[in-house]
Amino acid sequence: MSAAEALRAPGASETFDCRIAFADELIKLARADKRIVAVCNDSIGSSNLGAFQKEFPDRLVNVGIAEQNMVGVGAGLANAGMVPFVCAAGPFLTGRATEQIKADCAYSQYPVVLCGMSPGMAYGELGPTHHSVEDFAWMRAIAELTVMAPADPAETRQAVQWAAGAGKPVYMRVARFKIPAVTGAGHRFEPGKISTLREGGDVCIAAVGTMVSRALEAADLLAQEGIAARVLNVSTLKPLDEDTILKAARETGRIVTAEEAVCSGGLGGAVAELVAQRHPVPMRILGVSGFAPTGDTQFLLDHFGLNAAGLVQAARDLLGTGAR
Amino acid sequence: MAIAQRTAMPLEEKGPAPLVLGAVKPSFEKTEDAEALRRIAAAVRLKVVKTIALAKLGHVGGDLSVTDILTTLFFSVLDVDPGNPAKPDRDRFILSKGHCAAALYSVLSLRGFFDPEAVDAFMKPLSPLNGHPNRRKIPGVEANTGPLGHGLPIGLGAAIGAKLAGQSWRTFVVLGDGELQEGSNWEAAMAAGHRGLGNLVAIIDRNRFQQGAGTEATNRLEPLADKFRAFGWDAIDVDGHDVGALHAVLGAPGADKPRAVIARTFKGRGVSFMEDLVDWHHKVPSAEQLEIALKELAL
Repeated sequence: MSAAEALRAPGASETFDCRIAFADELIKLARADKRIVAVCNDSIGSSNLGAFQKEFPDRLVNVGIAEQNMVGVGAGLANAGMVPFVCAAGPFLTGRATEQIKADCAYSQYPVVLCGMSPGMAYGELGPTHHSVEDFAWMRAIAELTVMAPADPAETRQAVQWAAGAGKPVYMRVARFKIPAVTGAGHRFEPGKISTLREGGDVCIAAVGTMVSRALEAADLLAQEGIAARVLNVSTLKPLDEDTILKAARETGRIVTAEEAVCSGGLGGAVAELVAQRHPVPMRILGVSGFAPTGDTQFLLDHFGLNAAGLVQAARDLLGTGAR
Repeated sequence: MAIAQRTAMPLEEKGPAPLVLGAVKPSFEKTEDAEALRRIAAAVRLKVVKTIALAKLGHVGGDLSVTDILTTLFFSVLDVDPGNPAKPDRDRFILSKGHCAAALYSVLSLRGFFDPEAVDAFMKPLSPLNGHPNRRKIPGVEANTGPLGHGLPIGLGAAIGAKLAGQSWRTFVVLGDGELQEGSNWEAAMAAGHRGLGNLVAIIDRNRFQQGAGTEATNRLEPLADKFRAFGWDAIDVDGHDVGALHAVLGAPGADKPRAVIARTFKGRGVSFMEDLVDWHHKVPSAEQLEIALKELAL
C-alpha cells in the first residue's frame, strides 16, 4: 500500500502525538542500555518523561528551568560515557541554549541527542514566544549537527533508535500536534535520506514533519486536475539528501517546499541553496511568514497557508509561471 | 557532499601536513613536593611568555594568573594518563576560561600529552593549537571552551555521569572570575549544590580583573565565597600562587558538597611590568619586554 493509499484507508483519520512513540521507544532503549539518560528543564510532563522517570528515577536528570545548564550537562554526561537525550520545548532548547548546542555539543562533537519537543506552532495560542519555528534555521547553521524531523510515530521511533547509537550530536523535532501516519509498514527510516512517498513528474512537493501529510493531500487534489505531484518526506534536513532533491529538480522542473518553520534558513532555504547552485528551478517556499497571531495550531497552519489548499495554489503558480 | 565542504577543500589542501599531537616523555614527573611544583610552574611561565611572544597573540595576563593552579592540578592532583588520554576513569579537567589556552597547552605538553615544541604552532594557520582549546585535536582537552560560562555546566554533567556510573573519578573546572557574571554558571552552581556533588570542584582564578576593568568596578562578584555557600557549596579561599596550599585543597577528596576554591591570584604573575595590571589581559610583549620578562622568570 502506498503512503497516499494508506492515508485514504479506513482509520486513516487517526492522528498521533509523536511524544508517545518517542517516550515509549526511549524507555525500551533505556531498559537495554544503562548509558541512556534523559535530561530536562522541569519538562517531565511536556516532554512525556513521566514513565521514564518512574522506571529510571536516577537516570532522569531534571536540572530545573535552566536550558543553558541543561545542554552543558548533556555534553558532560556524554563526556562521562552516557547517552543523553536532552528534552525541552523546542523554542527554549534551541533559542536559550544555542551557544551550548554549538560549542558543547557540535564543536566538541559530544553525542548529545537534543529533542525539541512540541515544535513548530504546537503551542498555538501561547504565541510566538512558545513557537519553535526558528529552530530549523538556527540548528541548520551549526556545523556537524544532524537536524531531523520525523514525520510520524514510526519514523519518530526509528529516529530515536538511530540517534541513540549515532555517536554524534543530533537535533530532533518531536511533534506534539497530532499528525497521521504517513509511512507504510515496510518503511525503513534512513537518516540522511529523503523518502519519496509519491511519484510524479509535473511538480515536486518537498515537505517536512507536520507538512508531509498535507503534501500528500495536496498531491491527491492536484491529481484530480491532472497534475502529477511528486511528494518527498525530508525527515533529515541536514545533511540534506542532495541526490534526491536534484533528481526531483531535473525530473519535475519545479519545487514547492513546506515546513512549519520560518521561510528562511530551513527546508526551503536548504533546497534553494542546493538547486540555485546545481540545477536552478522555480520554487515556492511555504512556511511561517512572521510572528503568528493568536490561534490554535490548526488555525495558524491555515492562516499561513500551510495546508493542502496552500500547497495546491503554490503548485499551480509554478505550473503557470515555471519554464519547463 | 555539501557544496560548502566542496568549496572549502582546496584551501585545506594548500596547507602543510596537519600536526598530529601525541604522547611524549614528560618534561617533569608528577610530584607532591611544593618546591618541585614551583620549579615546574616557573617552566610553564617561561613557555607561556615565549609562546605568546612568538604568536604575537594570546591572553598573557590570565595565563600567568592561572599557571600555578594548572601546574598543581596536572602535576600533583589529576589522575590522567598522557599515554591514554581517553581512559574512562580519568579525572576530568575543564578549562572554562578557554582563552587561557596557551597556559593549558604549556602544562599539557610539559606533562607529556604532546611535544612541548609543538606549542610553537600556537595560533599558526591550520595549527591544532587554536586560540581556544579543541578536544578533537588536543589530547587532554575535555571540552571546546571559549565562550564564557560553559565549563561548569559541562563539569556538572560529567560529575552526575560519574555518580550514575558508580565511578569515583573527580571533575575539576577552572573558571575565570569575570566569567562568573555569566548566568549559566549559577544555573550549574544551583544544580550542583542541590545534588550535593562532592565529586565536583570549581576553581576560580580570582585575579580581580576582566578584559576591560576590575570585576568589582564592572559587576561586583563579592562576597563570592558566600554566594557559593548560599548555593550549597563548600567554599575555600586560598592563595592561588601557593602550590603547596593549592595541592592541600585540591588533593583532598570531597564529601557531600561541591567545592569552590577561590584562588586569589594576580594577573601577569611573575613578570614585574605585567603584574596586577588589566592592560596585560591580552597585550603582547615587545622584543625588549620579552627579554626583561624572560630574565625575571628565569630567576
